[in-house]
Amino acid sequence: MFKIEVKKILNGSMGEMPLEVNLQIKQGEFVALTGTSGSGKTTLLRILAGLESIDEGQITLNNTYWCDSSNKKNFLPTQKREIGYLFQDYALFPNMSVLKNLLFVNKDEALANKLLNMVELEPLQHQLPNKLSGGQKQRVALCRALMGKPKLLLLDEPLSALDLNMRKKLQEDILKFHEEFKITTIMVSHDPSEIYKLSSHVVLLEQGQIIKQGLAKEVLLKTSGSQKFSFEGEILEIYSADILKIAIVSIGSQIVKVVLDSSQAKELQRGDSVTISTKAFLPTISKIKTPFS
Amino acid sequence: MTELSFEPFLISFKLAFFTTCILFIFAVPFAWYLSQTKSKIKPIIEALTALPIVLPPTVIGFYVLFSLSANSTIGMFFEENFGISLVFNFTGLVIASCFYSLPFMVQPLQAAIENLPKSLIEASYICGKNTFETILFVILPNIKPALITAIVITFAHTVGEFGVVLMIGGSIPGETKVASIAIYEFVETLDYDMAHIYSAIMLGISFIVLFFVYLFNFKSKAKHV
Repeated sequence: MFKIEVKKILNGSMGEMPLEVNLQIKQGEFVALTGTSGSGKTTLLRILAGLESIDEGQITLNNTYWCDSSNKKNFLPTQKREIGYLFQDYALFPNMSVLKNLLFVNKDEALANKLLNMVELEPLQHQLPNKLSGGQKQRVALCRALMGKPKLLLLDEPLSALDLNMRKKLQEDILKFHEEFKITTIMVSHDPSEIYKLSSHVVLLEQGQIIKQGLAKEVLLKTSGSQKFSFEGEILEIYSADILKIAIVSIGSQIVKVVLDSSQAKELQRGDSVTISTKAFLPTISKIKTPFS
Repeated sequence: MTELSFEPFLISFKLAFFTTCILFIFAVPFAWYLSQTKSKIKPIIEALTALPIVLPPTVIGFYVLFSLSANSTIGMFFEENFGISLVFNFTGLVIASCFYSLPFMVQPLQAAIENLPKSLIEASYICGKNTFETILFVILPNIKPALITAIVITFAHTVGEFGVVLMIGGSIPGETKVASIAIYEFVETLDYDMAHIYSAIMLGISFIVLFFVYLFNFKSKAKHV
């Protein structure tokens, strides 16, 4: 069980902001950390990795201290924390081949081969990182992060630089590894579907404070009352078609058409942020394709 | 015409070799410290390191001479305890050269380390490696062009030394008479033929050395693009 109780003053673009986090994480849990940019997610991850100091508080893992502001001797340096960390920029060592990147952690060749095999990169084991694609690099980095059989795996928006298909592939890989090794994992992510797929517990951080935490369903679904479908979007255009008013709304990466009644049409204009919701009673669902098998 | 002797060249290269080795061992941890420190005294240390670029070599030579001569505290200490004199011999030349060439070794290394992504260093720590292992296995292999530049420029710069050597070493044949001093003396004695030969050799060697540095950097850049 991780007990995190930290306080740190951050100097962001909005001036000083206190990061105050009280969090308990169970062994083997997959926690997603989400919230707007600048809310302190990455800093929290770096504190857990021992790459940043704290002003007040402590972090413990089953009663061993990782850091403790009241006693500097309780600080456990990064090297001794037995963690894995996935950086946004992969941070593979350019001078070492794929395999050597893994063996840099320890000389366990059997484990290295097993991990590379699980992400289907064994044929590339002797390549240098600059010959690999972004997705391949991040898969190598993921394998390297697991080489030390870490007690805690920290993922800092690991998939944000990848295209949608690659993301899905890596989400599968992360899930596969989590099921195989049962490593306690904290992942920073902005992607609701990614969070939903991977995590068992979601923590929403705003302005350095945890404002909500729980199951992905509870934290991420923006519904209230009996509405079941609810999306936030922006009106791109409103136009008349015969006697109807029609709004074009962008929701995420999609654009939809919505029919407005005349009173709504008067209130709304281009650029407004809106919520579109409906009672999800008998919606039409049709399959497009099955995911990776 | 005096007989052509390669001794001054040998001394020049011996001096450059020792200076480069000593500076390399000292400069790697020093450049690492400068690249990582957030201390307020960093600008002071950086300014001190860069001083030899700006100062006339005679000034460096004068201060080194002043602080190492047999009358100085340091000079007296070495003379009494080890029986070593630190000026007007090869040891003195090496000490002065180390001061003189310090920025040429430290600055390229520091710049290269600062330009490496911070995440590489952090990733190495997360892999469980300490600072020494990180420098040896991650930092140095990934700043190879800067490393070669620093070593060769330091070597070449020391070969090209004149003012410092004149102040500290005098011109003792076989001990402190380096190529640049020899050329100076030939010109002084109006022996232009020898001055021409020595100068041409220096010019040739210097060009070849620099050419290979730039060739190496050109090739390693092409490889990484």
